[in-house]
Amino acid sequence: MSGQTLYDKLWSQHLVKERGDGTALIYIDRHLLHEVTSPQAFEGLRLAGRRPWRLDANLATPDHNVPTTLVERAEGNAGIKDEVSLIQVQTLDDNCESFGIEEFRINDPRQGIVHVVGPEQGATLPGMTVVCGDSHTATHGAFAALSHGIGTSEVEHVLATQCLLAQKMNNMQVRVEGELGEGVTAKDVVLAIIGRIGTAGGTGYAIEFAGSAIRGLSMEGRMTVCNMAIEAGARVGLIAVDDTTIDYLRDRHYAPQGEMWDAAVADWRRLVSDDDAAFDKVVTLDAAEIEPQVSWGTSPEMVTGVGGEVPDPDEAGDDTARTGMIRALEYMGLAPKQKITDIRLDKIFIGSCTNSRIEDLRAAARVARGHKVADSVALAMVVPGSGLVKRQAEEEGLDKVFLDAGFEWREPGCSMCLAMNADKLGAGEHCASTSNRNFEGRQGYGGRTHLVSPAMAAAAAIAGHFVDVRQFDSAGEA
Amino acid sequence: MQPFHYLAGLVAPLDRANVDTDLIIPKQFLKSIKRTGFGVNLFDELRYLDEGYPGQDASQRPLNPDFVLNQPRYQGASILLARKNFGCGSSREHAPWALEDFGFRVVIAPSFADIFYNNAFKNGILLVKLSEAEVDRLFEEVAANEGYRLEVDLEKQRVTTPFGELLEFEVDDFRKHCLLEGLDDIGITLKDEDAIHAFEKRHRAERPWMFREA
Repeated sequence: MSGQTLYDKLWSQHLVKERGDGTALIYIDRHLLHEVTSPQAFEGLRLAGRRPWRLDANLATPDHNVPTTLVERAEGNAGIKDEVSLIQVQTLDDNCESFGIEEFRINDPRQGIVHVVGPEQGATLPGMTVVCGDSHTATHGAFAALSHGIGTSEVEHVLATQCLLAQKMNNMQVRVEGELGEGVTAKDVVLAIIGRIGTAGGTGYAIEFAGSAIRGLSMEGRMTVCNMAIEAGARVGLIAVDDTTIDYLRDRHYAPQGEMWDAAVADWRRLVSDDDAAFDKVVTLDAAEIEPQVSWGTSPEMVTGVGGEVPDPDEAGDDTARTGMIRALEYMGLAPKQKITDIRLDKIFIGSCTNSRIEDLRAAARVARGHKVADSVALAMVVPGSGLVKRQAEEEGLDKVFLDAGFEWREPGCSMCLAMNADKLGAGEHCASTSNRNFEGRQGYGGRTHLVSPAMAAAAAIAGHFVDVRQFDSAGEA
Repeated sequence: MQPFHYLAGLVAPLDRANVDTDLIIPKQFLKSIKRTGFGVNLFDELRYLDEGYPGQDASQRPLNPDFVLNQPRYQGASILLARKNFGCGSSREHAPWALEDFGFRVVIAPSFADIFYNNAFKNGILLVKLSEAEVDRLFEEVAANEGYRLEVDLEKQRVTTPFGELLEFEVDDFRKHCLLEGLDDIGITLKDEDAIHAFEKRHRAERPWMFREA
């Protein structure tokens, strides 16, 4: 009999009961909440006269709707000008207070994007099951935690029962072997993976990312990779525990201390796939072949290297792909065979649960230092993932670097990743964005999103069009 | 949840792959704290020619005449025919809420995204997976026949075309049972309350660091 995958181990460690109808009851260790997908769940609890099963499993913070300018944030919730957004944030505050759930409110220094906050606090630990009413919960899989997004009905279910009714997924391993080139980041790796397997390539699978290039990533980089597993269709992305994982967690607020830390670490060390584990599917990429990526279309699979060009629909594989490509190019205002480096940008967004951690900001600042945002760029903004990321960046002087270069330095939140607050694209505007989705209208009605790494976004801000960040310094402001 | 047994309904075709949940219901409508009222903004960016915002009077908005749901022949449709990977993207349950509120009880496609698949069944919407070839043929038949209706029978797990063709589909036993009976998952899970307590006790003993309150 073959060994177990990491996913198999996590599944069996949380199995409360097999139900005999293909579903199982799975215990949930950590439940993260935000304002958008929780109000109807709390309302459901109330209507049924139920209480949360285990309060200390829950942690909440508002992120999607919060404004990001200092002026608005200085007023707390009252600074939220959109009345409907304000009600939603207040409803989270009220629900957390009345049910007794810990919440980092709008101006708490620990507030931020829920997928930045969880790991930063050590509220996400290896071996946990972590869920949240948000598809980017896959992020937490970077810690070998079985993590995935759920809908609002399931938010209510977890609150009421501490469990989910689930079906076991299939196992996929994506191996990235070798060394990444200079200037090639975790974001480029995951975009290249999605480009390879497609936006539905991981449907029904838990993907474990492995190989020497993945092992070489920091925790921030690993979170970026797992975060976008969902853009390949996989609810779950996982990376095995190693020293990098353990070093990151030491002394985090909710991480165990003293003897319990030692016991936990001994347990966490076993959170790796067995050498003889069988995967239902294995995909391998050569790290050396990955170049900085830029998405050109309206699905994350519509991506290519910065040295490439917009594809020609006439060369598409089938009719559905061709019509999809034609529609995408029309929406994006791009022509077949146009060079990626000829795409001009109107706005730059550095932020989101994909790329707003300290390492992301450092990478962008390294490129921006000593340069100026191009005059043709109407807005370049940097939105840290949490209050604590912001504070650390300011201690390192990164805010000055961005401000000197002409970027705006904002307060933490989801911001222009999905434009539920005031940060959005105008119709027809092209944006170099470090976020995760380039869907039609995602960043604003008629807005055109190009997904890139933080370094690529910063370089594009300076040049006013896409440039290969690997040649950026020598090429100057080409 | 509303039970689902059988539906004979008008079919509307949405001929594009990878329809994401942002397209099904754009983010500005996610600010509502209710579960109802999303139908008027279903496929908002495809349906209307202007930019929508919450609380607007939709009757005053310019409709996109080219969009399928605005065409007279598809008014009153309760079955949506779609392409592969329908419902990809975010976990927003507002997507099935909007479909249901608009009047769709069945979506037929070659494949669905995982989270959307879960969310739809929890809201009384039956998702029917048919092969690419079968879906291709249904698109052709819908286009060629105004007033094209399908019969969808969950108990027998089959779709019947107006020409008498039977198309069988798979659905797992648990989802089928819940949908037929209109069952609430939480009530089902709480029948295993003792098993959850027992698991929790053992889990806490083995891995106490998972619990912030010892």
